[in-house]
Amino acid sequence: MFSLILWILAALFLIISLRRNKEKTINSLKVALKFFRSMALLILITIWVIGFLLAFLPPEIISKTVGQEAGFKGVILAALFGSIVLIQAFIAFPLAGSLLRQGANASAIAAFVTTLVMVGVVTAPLEVKLFGRKFTFWRNFLSFIFAIIIALIMGAVLG
Amino acid sequence: MKRIFTSTNFIFLLLSANILVYLFNSQKALSVILTSKNYLLEMLSILPPILILIGLFEVWVPKSVIEKAMGQASKIKGIFISFIVGTAAMGPLYVAFPIGTSLLRKGASLLNVSIFLCVWASIKIPMILFEIKFLGFDFAGLRLALTIPCIVAISLLLNMILNRSINHEKI
Repeated sequence: MFSLILWILAALFLIISLRRNKEKTINSLKVALKFFRSMALLILITIWVIGFLLAFLPPEIISKTVGQEAGFKGVILAALFGSIVLIQAFIAFPLAGSLLRQGANASAIAAFVTTLVMVGVVTAPLEVKLFGRKFTFWRNFLSFIFAIIIALIMGAVLG
Repeated sequence: MKRIFTSTNFIFLLLSANILVYLFNSQKALSVILTSKNYLLEMLSILPPILILIGLFEVWVPKSVIEKAMGQASKIKGIFISFIVGTAAMGPLYVAFPIGTSLLRKGASLLNVSIFLCVWASIKIPMILFEIKFLGFDFAGLRLALTIPCIVAISLLLNMILNRSINHEKI
């Protein structure tokens, strides 16, 4: 649905651009192609690694571990899992929800969900390619630390 | 020495690993391929139009516009704009990377690009609705309320640490 809108939008702007200036439009496509070339192989690798991760570490097993481990250790473990794997929201949220209802630690669930979206170990090579090593390391590292802080506050508030 | 870790070598490594897994457990090997295929289809449905839009953005939008809206001097207004641009997110984080690079090239500040990336990753309207549905309003609301100041803090710290050492001309 979203992607359909994107395709229509891209096509529409491309046609408008083509009508106004042919040369500029060709240049814009060159820019797009350059980006694609620089990212394609790394994206393929990332996606393949995700395939391996999810085959050997299925979301069910991850959520079980996240639900069982208690205390600070559980929070750290949950944050680590969330950093490494890449699961789409429509799989991750229902899983996390069922765990929470079964009485899992709110801190651990919050840590897992937060690092899941903010920290990306498998996408790091791609991020390095576009932003450099320092940026990638610090953005992910800081996000990890703040995810733990968010998780601990949530644990204290929600019990 | 460094040349060992090339992308092509890594592809071969993954391919051999996949074949090796297939020999021991064909089901697992197939599930690796199947999962990857799903993610690949997701990527192919989103990335090409985004890249076309980035290309058009680079050609048509003058540098001064982005510099004014999201540049060094944009202060609070720039942070606010970055939040808005980030919430217009569609798709996974790696789609946001080339957009971020493009914004940097057009003169957006590192602080604002970092905010844009973090917001894209964590605050999407459909995702919030989904979280409320499955984790409850208290959980989702509190997490969102804590995430927003944390994103600003992360970006301010990141900006301080990196200062001006980022490589703008990576591509």
